[in-house]
Amino acid sequence: MRTTAQILAAVDAVAGSARSLPELLCDDCATHLGLVGAGIALMNDTGHQGVVGASDALTARLEELQFELGEGPGLDASRDNAPILRSDLGARGSATWPVFGPVAVAAGVSAVFALPLQVGAVRLGSLCLYRSAPGSLGVEGTATALAYADAATEVLLRLHAEVAPGSSLHSDLGDMLRLRAEVHQATGFVSVQASVGITEALLLLRAHAFAADRPLLDVARDVLSGRLRIPLQEGEDG
Amino acid sequence: MTTEQRLSQVFVELADTLVDEFDALDFLATLTERSVELLNADAAGVILNDLRGNLHVVASTSDAAQLLELFELQNDEGPCLDCFKGGRPVVNVGIDEARERWPRFSVAAAEVGYRSAHALPLRLRDSVVGAMNLFCRDDVRLSDADIALGQALADIATIGLLQERAVRQSGLIAEQLQTALTSRIMVEQAKGVLLASAGVPVDQGFQLMRDYSRRHNRSLKIVAQSVIDRVLTVDDFRRP
Repeated sequence: MRTTAQILAAVDAVAGSARSLPELLCDDCATHLGLVGAGIALMNDTGHQGVVGASDALTARLEELQFELGEGPGLDASRDNAPILRSDLGARGSATWPVFGPVAVAAGVSAVFALPLQVGAVRLGSLCLYRSAPGSLGVEGTATALAYADAATEVLLRLHAEVAPGSSLHSDLGDMLRLRAEVHQATGFVSVQASVGITEALLLLRAHAFAADRPLLDVARDVLSGRLRIPLQEGEDG
Repeated sequence: MTTEQRLSQVFVELADTLVDEFDALDFLATLTERSVELLNADAAGVILNDLRGNLHVVASTSDAAQLLELFELQNDEGPCLDCFKGGRPVVNVGIDEARERWPRFSVAAAEVGYRSAHALPLRLRDSVVGAMNLFCRDDVRLSDADIALGQALADIATIGLLQERAVRQSGLIAEQLQTALTSRIMVEQAKGVLLASAGVPVDQGFQLMRDYSRRHNRSLKIVAQSVIDRVLTVDDFRRP
């Protein structure tokens, strides 16, 4: 299987071309998992916010369709905070998604796997994988798909923070799921202190770590102990 | 009450949570509390594999930072990692052998005051999805009956997590594990909100939310989300 770090390295290596980071990631994912295509959409607590990347035109169309209809696996995954894995779309897809299901089947999709891109309550988007053959992803395929979801989560966080593609980040910014409890606690803490939503709080925390060139865990511990205020007050130098 | 009577009570209590509104986090919290009680341990935790090679603690009888640290450490070495890799119980490892097998883990455990640690696998046929970790302040050996009971509790954890529908498809294991891990992160974020807004120490935030979720019959995940959204505040938790 591929790890999140390997995926991000592969995507970063080809970044800077005409294609965006999400598109490159979708491409890489579709190739490695033998898919028809993969697509990334932005989501927040109120629903679908638009498509950010797809591996090809057909997948882009399926992703757009979910946005237009307000129905589909990506939306369900984000709303339920859980992967939605449909290994036989033809058999059950129409019941779940009356419009999206039949359109996807007609387009040659037999299985769809939608993964939420989120860090706890921080909802960022969804990664949808479309495959022509029915059946499950298997143990290794599932592990690889989850690693792509982690990498896509990181890519969306970078897009939000407007970090230039290919710029090097702390190694611990690459894998949000591996983060220690203190980082998640600090995210909640900053959301109160800075009076912002939980998503913006995580972005503020990461931006501070990035700008100060410090590990995220150290910054989180300083926030929790009261040694550091984010955002910095006037006159402070962090 | 005899042990047998208490045991049947616990099994009924756990079975009672295996309903439609099932929430993995609530269930595992109850399970760790009962495991400590029935096996005379001092702390317990459930560690899950995220299917990408990392172990995460999702339930623990105490949120003391040092204890969480002990669970975390086992991504590198310790009874849980060995139990997870081998798919078999790792119990009754003497202090001397433990020092040799897990030098860092043994030192860290001793610093917190634990003299023995046991791990039982959460196993479904060929796949090991995690492990239950027990810590004791004394150098306790588990009897064969204790090990059998501990494994029965670990098996219930597996059943609760994966449920009957998951057994049919490997992918569905990912659904349940991923959901449990996300819920746990939400609880951590909510603990940070309670600390910043009301000065609740992080090792007490969990208990406040857990007590509230029980009293009001709402899942921990929903309670955590409500704290993050500032729908619930510490005043709601302290109201009898």
